Amino acid sequence: MCTYVTSTAAVAGSGYTGDEWFRVDRAVVYFDHPQDAPVDHALCIDVWGGRERVAVELDAESARRLAESILAILDDDEVRVLTG
Amino acid sequence: MRKAGGVTDGIVAQTITLAGHGGDEIEGYFARPLDGSDQPSVVVLHHMPGYDRASKEIARTFAVYGYAALMPNLHHRYAPGAKATDAAASARDAGGVPDEQCLGDVQAALDLLRGRPEANGKVGVIGYCSGGRQTWITACTLDVDAAVDCYGGRADPALAPNLRCPLLGLFGAEDRSPAPDDVAAMAKALDAAGKDYDFHSYEGAGHGFFSVDRPSYNLDAVRDGWKQIWGFYGRHLEGA
Repeated sequence: MCTYVTSTAAVAGSGYTGDEWFRVDRAVVYFDHPQDAPVDHALCIDVWGGRERVAVELDAESARRLAESILAILDDDEVRVLTG
Repeated sequence: MRKAGGVTDGIVAQTITLAGHGGDEIEGYFARPLDGSDQPSVVVLHHMPGYDRASKEIARTFAVYGYAALMPNLHHRYAPGAKATDAAASARDAGGVPDEQCLGDVQAALDLLRGRPEANGKVGVIGYCSGGRQTWITACTLDVDAAVDCYGGRADPALAPNLRCPLLGLFGAEDRSPAPDDVAAMAKALDAAGKDYDFHSYEGAGHGFFSVDRPSYNLDAVRDGWKQIWGFYGRHLEGA
């Protein structure tokens, strides 16, 4: 299935490729055929800075766990004190 | 020369440059028999993950069977010189490949193939996944002699009256895009338009069953699929 379902979010921070860190400015999220993950479809995230990117491909359940994990951390009381 | 039994040993396969849509220089993977005349030709349209090793293998298979096959890299202009995986991501980051641009690149490939002295003048198009949908649009827009749509999702049946050549469709019965209902809707539109088409849906096969490097590969579907392709292109593309 070529879903073409793509969402782009503005982000700020840094990414690491194993070579060096670079500034990132956008995250492209989509559900489609992965390049490498051994599943037919994957939740793919490309975090871009200019022409460099950090990429991950996760099966749907893994992606949902990751999203919930991120939100749980951000919603933690100790973190809320820091983020406002 | 093409041998008895339908295959040849000697092929040439290499990356070339062609002037695509808008005159943009793009790369293409060109595989052809080492010698012989009156060669039929095929434009190969790669899947969404890009101009990758497995897609190049498909082009080489056509050459082994006596066809000149040219696969334009539809993602090239988004990241010239990059790996297929990065170029595909760059194309998506840019919003995807516009149909008009794809058609321009396909027209350039058709012109190059038809202009070869070894060509018999007949050119087919075949595409996989997103390339299947692009094949459908090509067959409804450009001058091609035969088209093969391999599980192209999101193809618009409303274009059926515009189909300009015979169409072979190869689908997985377990696919969800195009789902069996989508394939049936396309067949109904083609029947209504009085078009020449032949659809095959393989039980147990899902999307991407031709992909040799993915878990979706389905041997039974692939074996019959290639058989259908050789028969279809043999009828419509071969001969002087």
